[in-house]
Amino acid sequence: MNIAKPNSYRSGPDERGHFGIFGGRFVAETLMPLILDLEKAYTAAKADPAFQAEMNGYLKNYVGRPSPLYFAERLTEHLGGAKIYLKREELNHTGSHKVNNVLGQIMLARRMGKKRIIAETGAGQHGVATATLCARFGLECVVYMGAVDVERQQPNVIRMEMLGAKVVPVQSGTRTLKDAMNEALRDWVTNVHNTFYCIGTVAGPHPYPTLVRDFQSIIGNETKAQMQEVEGRLPDSLVACIGGGSNAMGLFHPFLDDPSVEIFGVEAAGHGLTQLHAASIAGGRPGVLHGNRTYLLMDADGQIQDAHSISAGLDYPGIGPEHSWLHEIGRVNYLSATDDEALAAFQLLSKLEGIIPALEPAHAIAKVMELAPKRAKDHLMVVNLSGRGDKDVPQVGDILRGKSK
Amino acid sequence: MTTRIDIRFAELAKQGRSAFVTFLMAGDPDPATSLEIIKALPKSGADVIEIGMPFTDPMADGPSIQAAGLRALKAGMTLKKTLELVRGFRKDDNATPIVLMGYYNPIYIYGVDKFLVDAKSAGVDGLIIVDLPPEEDDELCLPAMKAGLNFIRLATPTTDDKRLPAVLANTSGFVYYVSITGITGAAAADSSAVSEAVARIKRHTKLPVCVGFGIRTPETARAIASHANGAVVGTALVDALKNSLDADGRATAKTVNAVAELTASLAQGVKGAQQAAE
Repeated sequence: MNIAKPNSYRSGPDERGHFGIFGGRFVAETLMPLILDLEKAYTAAKADPAFQAEMNGYLKNYVGRPSPLYFAERLTEHLGGAKIYLKREELNHTGSHKVNNVLGQIMLARRMGKKRIIAETGAGQHGVATATLCARFGLECVVYMGAVDVERQQPNVIRMEMLGAKVVPVQSGTRTLKDAMNEALRDWVTNVHNTFYCIGTVAGPHPYPTLVRDFQSIIGNETKAQMQEVEGRLPDSLVACIGGGSNAMGLFHPFLDDPSVEIFGVEAAGHGLTQLHAASIAGGRPGVLHGNRTYLLMDADGQIQDAHSISAGLDYPGIGPEHSWLHEIGRVNYLSATDDEALAAFQLLSKLEGIIPALEPAHAIAKVMELAPKRAKDHLMVVNLSGRGDKDVPQVGDILRGKSK
Repeated sequence: MTTRIDIRFAELAKQGRSAFVTFLMAGDPDPATSLEIIKALPKSGADVIEIGMPFTDPMADGPSIQAAGLRALKAGMTLKKTLELVRGFRKDDNATPIVLMGYYNPIYIYGVDKFLVDAKSAGVDGLIIVDLPPEEDDELCLPAMKAGLNFIRLATPTTDDKRLPAVLANTSGFVYYVSITGITGAAAADSSAVSEAVARIKRHTKLPVCVGFGIRTPETARAIASHANGAVVGTALVDALKNSLDADGRATAKTVNAVAELTASLAQGVKGAQQAAE
């Protein structure tokens, strides 16, 4: 790639929301004034020590942060190479990293006086986190979820309903995450006056990719401090799975300017990269969807193609714009793991460490199984264990008993 | 540069009446029928024709227009074929303005410069791109103006007086006022609210203002047209088309007429309206 290396990988985006050619604000005029308001509200909140102090209080006592950085001793022994640490985001309240971002956005919504919250969700982790914080702060909550995902992630649907949220199964298009996002945008355009759209990943129109990244960066910041404490130095490599890429961006961003740290993002290769998959960087090219320019899976006419992944949370034909930029500029190495590889990793981690991962981070573990054996024993590798697998138990159980594929 | 759009609105102003603007999806239900339908529109009373460019993920459209796009895509429609459709229409009609409406990605993938050249030569007069606000004018709006195509901007109830100048700055042809916050095919707008909004926009621009979203009947069309320079109807026409299809979604002998008849009755509504005060 003939792109000049920037002085810092952490200075983006520019004032128009661009990371290189990626990002931007490709939205209907109806939404534009609100997006500008959101940007203003976020800038003001960032500068307000009271906002940060209040957030920190909830992060500690409600979410349960900091999440542990755990040395996975048996996984390390089994793979026989790098020393593997798991960043235990699955121990957060609600069971994934999603709550970090939702807390921040809900607090922004309250500052902006919005009483109705909408969200899209794939695996349901973002939906559950949104429903949880809406319950906590007494806000109306509507979650859009593809009808296919409603089927395969039933436990999370039930949780959201118990928390008082309305879950709307989306029947349009491919009935997965991309269509849930379309439907959420349609709701937002209709109810723009009283509604805050709580986006779950580092995608969408500016300023969403930035604010979601900032709220998730607590993952990387804690990891840095915790690794310093136990090993007295920086990790040598980071690994995280990527659908839209919020857990990955949260872990990666604080390390982007540490050149000794190798960084790996893992996309979902589904049935394989030559078949149905959800690996936008490996199999896509730059296009414009859902408010931003980024790598997308599409046909020669610019029509968005169906993604496929065993994991509902990665089943999306795009990726956050900052990831597209980090790929083009060569700072992060994007790999992919298939459904079968993720399933094998899901079982391995369950049996070796007594930790059942969500299918999403199982993709990251799958690549750790390849990367770690090739690294020296003093190589420190951190994997973001972004969610717990409780929600996947029925689906994986059926697959392992040969009932479905 | 004067386009067919400018000429048409000047003619209508002389006649003291508002424009009836129709929207249908290119290639719905198949490319050949779609051309027949579009050819039938001017003689049924359409003054300006908007043609949708099908897209898999139409974020501002309701179920009817979403389904129309998917029918067209299933029938093999592409952006290239949409331009061929316009070329086909232009063989018999060199006066009715054609506006392509849709989302940016297919154009971006086609290549902006190539698209503008091909669209101009096919006989396209203007573009309405839902997901390109003024903040992204460098992408397509400015190149389109340079290529001699009108870039028609959407103004909405959320576009306040502070923002209107930015929205109108690089707009040409006409201004499309989206009468509700919502998606296409949603509830009708209140005509007194529309009247106020149009007056507000007109304080900022001399361009004609057309109003769309939520207009389904000749009566609403008449009410809206009396407050604006034009009324746009899309979903109702797309629904009439759909209701004429067979069980497998294929065109029948009734399809072209079904759209033409509704167009004629809506056009009567618009023509019964008094032109809005300038």
